[in-house]
Formats: sequence, C-alpha cells, structure tokens
Amino acid sequence: MSRKMTTREAYGQTLAALGAENPAIVVLDADLSKSTRTDLFAARFPERFFNVGIAEQNLMGTAAGLALAGKIPFASSFAVFATGRAFEQVRNSICHARLNVKIVASHAGITVGEDGASHQAVEDLALMRALPQMTVIVPADAVQTAQAVRAAAAYVGPVYLRLGRPAVAPVYDEDYRFVWGRADVLREGRDASIVACGIMVAQALEAAAILAQEGIEVTVVNMAMIKPLDTVTLLAAARRTGAVVTAEEHSIIGGLGSAVAEVLGEEYPVPLLRVGLPDVFGESGRPEELLAKYGLTASHLVKAVHQVLARKRHA
Amino acid sequence: MDTATHKELEQKAQRLRRLVIKMIGTAGSGHPGGSLSAAEIISVLYFHELRLDPQRPDWPDRDRFILSKGHAAPLLYAALAERGFFPVDELFTLRRLGSRLQGHPDCRRLPGVEMSTGSLGQGLSVGNGLALAARLDGRAYRVYVLLGDGEVQEGMVWEAGMAAAFWRLDNLVAIVDYNGLQIDGPVAAVMSLEPLAEKWRAFGWEVVCIDGHCVAEVCGALAHARSVKGKPTMIVAATVKGKGVSFMENRVEWHGVAPQGEQLAQALEELGDE
Repeated sequence: MSRKMTTREAYGQTLAALGAENPAIVVLDADLSKSTRTDLFAARFPERFFNVGIAEQNLMGTAAGLALAGKIPFASSFAVFATGRAFEQVRNSICHARLNVKIVASHAGITVGEDGASHQAVEDLALMRALPQMTVIVPADAVQTAQAVRAAAAYVGPVYLRLGRPAVAPVYDEDYRFVWGRADVLREGRDASIVACGIMVAQALEAAAILAQEGIEVTVVNMAMIKPLDTVTLLAAARRTGAVVTAEEHSIIGGLGSAVAEVLGEEYPVPLLRVGLPDVFGESGRPEELLAKYGLTASHLVKAVHQVLARKRHA
Repeated sequence: MDTATHKELEQKAQRLRRLVIKMIGTAGSGHPGGSLSAAEIISVLYFHELRLDPQRPDWPDRDRFILSKGHAAPLLYAALAERGFFPVDELFTLRRLGSRLQGHPDCRRLPGVEMSTGSLGQGLSVGNGLALAARLDGRAYRVYVLLGDGEVQEGMVWEAGMAAAFWRLDNLVAIVDYNGLQIDGPVAAVMSLEPLAEKWRAFGWEVVCIDGHCVAEVCGALAHARSVKGKPTMIVAATVKGKGVSFMENRVEWHGVAPQGEQLAQALEELGDE
C-alpha cells in the first residue's frame, strides 16, 4: 500500500471482509458509521449491524450482551465518546465481565483538527490502559490497522483499538504480518531509541533519517500494542541505546510514554523524554498546524533525541 | 397454573427471604431491603417462568435473567442455590474473601449468573444485546431484566428502552421492582419517576402494572408478555421494600444494613423460620 490512507478506511474494509468470513462478527455504531467506516460492513451485512443512535452507553451495553451470546461485537464511535462517555460501561459490563467486545474508536488525538478539543481524545489510552483485562492497540498505518483488526477478531477478550481521522503515510508494505504482543523494530541504531505509536511512528522514522544525516543512529520501535507492552523489545532497545524518547498523539500522562516510563523506571532506568501533549486539551486548527503547535513532528523528535543524548552523556 | 402451585411459589418466595436474611446476617453486610421486595418476582421467574438446566448452565437455549439491580445479589444467589446451580451451604460464604458469591453478581465466578452487574443502569442494554443475538441465531430463548426503581433514574436505561422498542424486541421483558425507596429517601422525593407506566408506553413498550407480591399477578404478567408481538414488555411491579420483616418494611435504613443479634432472630421468626 504505497498511497496515503486513513486507518478507519482500512478498518471498515477489513471488517466487511471479516463479516464474510465469520458469521459471529456483529458491528455496532452510534450514529458515526460514515466516519468510523463501519458503514462498509453495514452495507454488506445489514442484519448484523446495529446503529444505536447517539447513545454510547447503550452501545457498549448492547455489545456486551451480544458477546455474552457468543457474538464477536465490534463497537465503534469517536475515541472521546467510546472511552469517555461510556467509560464505566466499558469497565463494568465489558472488562470486569471479561467479554469479547472490540472497541474500535476513530478520530483519536488532535488530528481530528477543526472540530476542536471537545472531539479530540488525548486521554483515551490512559483510560483504557488502566482497565484490567483490556488490550490496547494503536496501529501506525492502514496496513497495520487491517492486520490488527484481524488479530483482535481472533483474540478472545476485550480490545481497544485506536484510529485517527486523517490519511496517514504508509509505514508497512502489504506483506507485513502483525504479531500479537510484539513491537516492531523498524530501524536499528545504537545512540538512542524512539518508541512510538500511531501516527508518530512515521514521524519517528523521519526524525531518524534526519538524525542519521547528523551521524546519530536511532532505533525506532513501533509499540502498537500499548498493553500488554512488549517489555522484551523495549528493554533490549533501552539496553542497547541507553536513551529513550517516546512519541504519541496523546497526553504524556497515562499513555505510551507512561507505560514505557513505568517499565524503564523499574527495570532499567535510562534518560527518557516523553513527547506528547503536555497535560493540555487541543483546539481547532488544521491537523498539521496542531501537530506543529503541540510538538508532535519529526523536528520535535529530533530535538528530543538531542536532549536525551545530552543527559545520557552526563549520566 | 392452579392455586396450589401459586401457594408453592409463595412458600418459595418466603424461603428465599429467610435465606437472604440468614446470608446477610452471616455476612454482616449486604442489602436486605431490595432483596426482600423482589422475592415473589424472583420466585416466579426461577421456579415457574425461566427455562433453565442447572446441570448445563451454558445451555445455549436457556432463558436469560439479568439482575440489573445487582445489589439484590443475595436473592439471586438464594434462587440459584435452591434451583440447584450450587450447594445451598455455599450461600453462607456471601461476601467473604475467595467466595464465588461476590457482593454484587459476578458471571465469571458463579454458574447461573448470566451477567456481572452492580453498577446501576447497565442491565437493560445487555438484555438488548442478548435479545438481538437470539433473533440473529433463530433461538427461542427469552430475556428477562430486573431493574430497581431508583435505577430507572439512570439515563442509560432510557437509551436501552428506546432501542428495545425500536428493534421490536418482543423476546425481552423488563421488570421494575417499584418499592418506592432509594438510598437518600423516597423515590418520589429524590427524583420522581412518575408517570412511569406512561413513559414506557410512550417509549413503545407494552406495559403491565401489577402487585409485585402477588405471584398470580407476576405469573399473569409474564404470560401476557409471551403473547405480545412486536414490542418488549415492561412490568411495573408495586412492591414493599423490606417486605416480610415488620421493622424493615418501607424503611429506607434497611437498604444496605445487615440485621444482627435480636433483630436477626426476630426477622427470621417473622419469616417463619423453623
């Protein structure tokens, strides 16, 4: 897949294909099916598609009931509503009851753009990661999304899969295979590691290319599974490079950066810098303007690597 | 059903009440009021209405019951034990560390519990999902959800109510245990539900109002629900909180307090304990 594509488009296409393969798959949405792209499934399997209207709590509860009866429900909405509005339904009716519901939320992060802070989830990973039983996945591009959706369908248990709004540049080629629980090392270098997820993976690769021109060799890890975290790959990168930068389109509180800090703090402390939203809400603007304003670009990652390298030298 | 069987259902309800009081008394904590108010409803469901097989708790065609008012867990547990899902002796492990009988129902621990509940307002949506699944799979099982009256104040209940009627889920029955009391006082004083029956009718439900302590009326309402096509049925069951124990009846203080010592003895005596 060489062209830019949204992860939600990949989700919708994969879901429609899965629907043909597995009659147990059912899909629920809360009036956002054209945006989450569950409409692609709805068009092919209308009897297995349930639009609950603008009612996210009922979305999650109904999904839980379908899962109780052996279905594999995919429940979709925007990330703010799927994780925030219906948090306690996800907690009690899905995670505590350990039900096989896949929550696939689109429009996460500030790249929602012009709609502004009310619609820009910057805390959804923190919320979902804190829930016992929950698996949390943030794919980097359309190819990985398609693979992750298939893997989520095959896994038994609750999953939160985070997608964005805009089209993203491809990171993987078509023969990529997503391995459950394993991070992908996309580039190897000995000086520092950038551990990224979602749209920040492409930025991390770009930053690594810039840094290579300066003679700094960076390891780039796509940590698409935030939970369970691939601590083996993370610790290997930390041991090899001695300095880590995390990168996520999410608050630096509670998401990938926190997960990495928890592991490194306990297992192998090295200079660490978390790149993400610094405990603020977003605002309206074009996605690229917002990424620049809130420090989520390749050049910000370059700067962050310089900073951890300075601390590494002084350590 | 003949009256003799009604008599048995009444006796069973009273036995469930005795077990509830003994369980909560032994545990030293729990919610007696809302368990006692629903005893006839649960008796009729578990010993008359629901198609279940205690030997096969996962039987795909079994009827599903969801205790959305999860704090009445002792009553559900008593019915499940009496129905043979687990030994009656185990009831007295209620709320103890390691017990399968959690403070609120946990479907991953105890056979017969269809859904983990306790956080109010969530059961009806789960019922919707089960009812939709029955339709998709062409299965004839029916889905029953017991709600507390205070619980109906949760917005999610109305989301679910709207959807169940829209989806024409005639395999779904909801029952409101309308005992009129919630933790902070009378429901009518805290946040009135009225006109409750009219609201559910306006939402597109078949609505039946009954005396929730009259087993004949509970049986009749459930039979009526089975005959209703194209819409779900709501049974608004007028009940008395703490029913059967004089000093608990209509007393909000007994929502979540365990009887101890003399009060425990008196409660059991009033309930006809041998």
